[in-house]
Amino acid sequence: MPDIQKLKDTASQIRRDIIRMVTSAQSGHPGGSLSSTDIVTALFFSQMKHSPQNWDRSGKGNDMFFLSCGHESPLFYSALARSGYFPIKELGTFRKLGSRLQGHPATDTGLPGIYEASGSLGQGLSVAVGAALGKRLDGEKNYVYVLLGDGESEEGQVWEASEFASHHKVNNLIAITDWNGQQIDGTTTEVIGPDHLDQKWKAFGWNVLVVENGHDFNEILSSFKLAQELESKEEKPVMILMKTIMGKGVDFMEGTCKWHGKAPKPEEAEKALAQLKETLGDY
Amino acid sequence: MAKFTNTGNKDTRSGFGAGLLEFGRENKNAVALTADLKGSVKMGDFAKEFPERFFQCGIAEANMIDIAAGLSLNGKIPFASTFAIFATGRVYDQVRQSVAYSDTNVKICASHAGITLGEDGATHQILEDIGLMRMLPNMTVINPCDYNQTKAATISAGKHIGPVYLRFGRPGVPNFTPENQTFEIGKAIKMIDGKDVSIFATGHLVWEALQAADKLEKDNISAEVIDIATIKPLDYDAVLASVKKTSAVVTAEEHFIAGGLGELISGFLAGHYLAPVEYVAIADKFGQSGTPDELMRAYGLDAEHIVAAAKRAVGRKK
Repeated sequence: MPDIQKLKDTASQIRRDIIRMVTSAQSGHPGGSLSSTDIVTALFFSQMKHSPQNWDRSGKGNDMFFLSCGHESPLFYSALARSGYFPIKELGTFRKLGSRLQGHPATDTGLPGIYEASGSLGQGLSVAVGAALGKRLDGEKNYVYVLLGDGESEEGQVWEASEFASHHKVNNLIAITDWNGQQIDGTTTEVIGPDHLDQKWKAFGWNVLVVENGHDFNEILSSFKLAQELESKEEKPVMILMKTIMGKGVDFMEGTCKWHGKAPKPEEAEKALAQLKETLGDY
Repeated sequence: MAKFTNTGNKDTRSGFGAGLLEFGRENKNAVALTADLKGSVKMGDFAKEFPERFFQCGIAEANMIDIAAGLSLNGKIPFASTFAIFATGRVYDQVRQSVAYSDTNVKICASHAGITLGEDGATHQILEDIGLMRMLPNMTVINPCDYNQTKAATISAGKHIGPVYLRFGRPGVPNFTPENQTFEIGKAIKMIDGKDVSIFATGHLVWEALQAADKLEKDNISAEVIDIATIKPLDYDAVLASVKKTSAVVTAEEHFIAGGLGELISGFLAGHYLAPVEYVAIADKFGQSGTPDELMRAYGLDAEHIVAAAKRAVGRKK
């Protein structure tokens, strides 16, 4: 049984890391990072079979994680560091000259845990599908996980990948959408309306699970289990749509697009950090 | 003067298909992807022999490039092929982020490159792909000249670790380089020794350059012909050695002047050895429908235009 309290504590520390990283850089994307924090925490600290100390880019013998919405890099870096891929003190270099922690995830800096650069949206699902095909060709049993944003799903390539994955019966891939309903210019409904995501993914031949509270670890972990059961029965990929709150955990950042790509000022960061318990020690 | 014999016209895309099949037999990690152009890019034999290693992507090139990037991670060697226009311009951002920047071992195999795509017209005739691809760090750019060289280059691209852009074409063209040759990436190939002018040609223009050298000889101009089969990394030593000897340059390519081999070589020479350079390439205008031969003549990409350019270059020598 997963220790839910431990996951909550880890998520709280990761949220602190996110706020401190973007504040220190005075640049970055806190809103979506905070909405996806519980999903990524559940993956890295409970769900995935991975080897942080012995990571190599082939991903052989491990579950692989791809962050398609690369702007959630502070979340990604914190989860990697906190699970042991690299020293947590390196989080302090985020977005600074010479850092391995580039604004968006990169492979050329040698940072362990990054399989593929992301940042230009809409590409991660395709890459993850390719990685899943590679594992299938090798007869490997591990899973490939990929996280997309709901706004990102406005990119046409997402649907190219979606069609490919169902046609080629890719059932060692679990895709997750952070359905927070916000993007830079407003709510997703106001901007262009990537709504009815459940119906869209079903229409493209996927099994779809909807998690009503993407911040509840029991719900998140149950959905992963169910996704694996579905994929063992049916030769179909699974999309888990996780309903979340943009900016979750910091009251003045919640439910608004205002903090999509804006760093808090030091005094705002102080207010934010007062709401997030330091559980594992700041970097 | 060395003589080259056309052993019979063949399309370079079939050289790719043959090379892919041979490499696929040698290396079980080779996988092939196409975007609804299996027949046109000559992947049929590979797909038939290795159905489990062939992935039909449908008309979705962006997805194809990124699927290839994902496949490469655990050691697969993906050959992703479509028309050059769709393999570069349409998917530039995918190639940039997931292949070049991520330095993945993807082979982008671009058929129907240049104006010799022919009758389909300008929407399908890319003349800027060499420029687009050579601007990307980590990218190797190969543009072989005939069937035999394309086959060998395909096998070498498979053995090379890192992103490769391999460019070839649609029409049957003279096949004149040795069968079962070894293709060395990054090495210019001197076809004819000469002393008055260096002709650096690539792709379909290499045969035309050889014909031009014949004609120039009759006018007592000794032309050196060098096949630049690898555009990036350019064989700078070979270029410099030749130009130091001849002090006059012609570049010949089925591409826009902008971003092409000519600009690459003159840019290099500007910093190392000044000599007049004449371009045989397409100026700032789109192509149109026509047969490949008609278009090559209409756009000045043939032996006659190389001869004229060589005479201009020689005339400009100080």
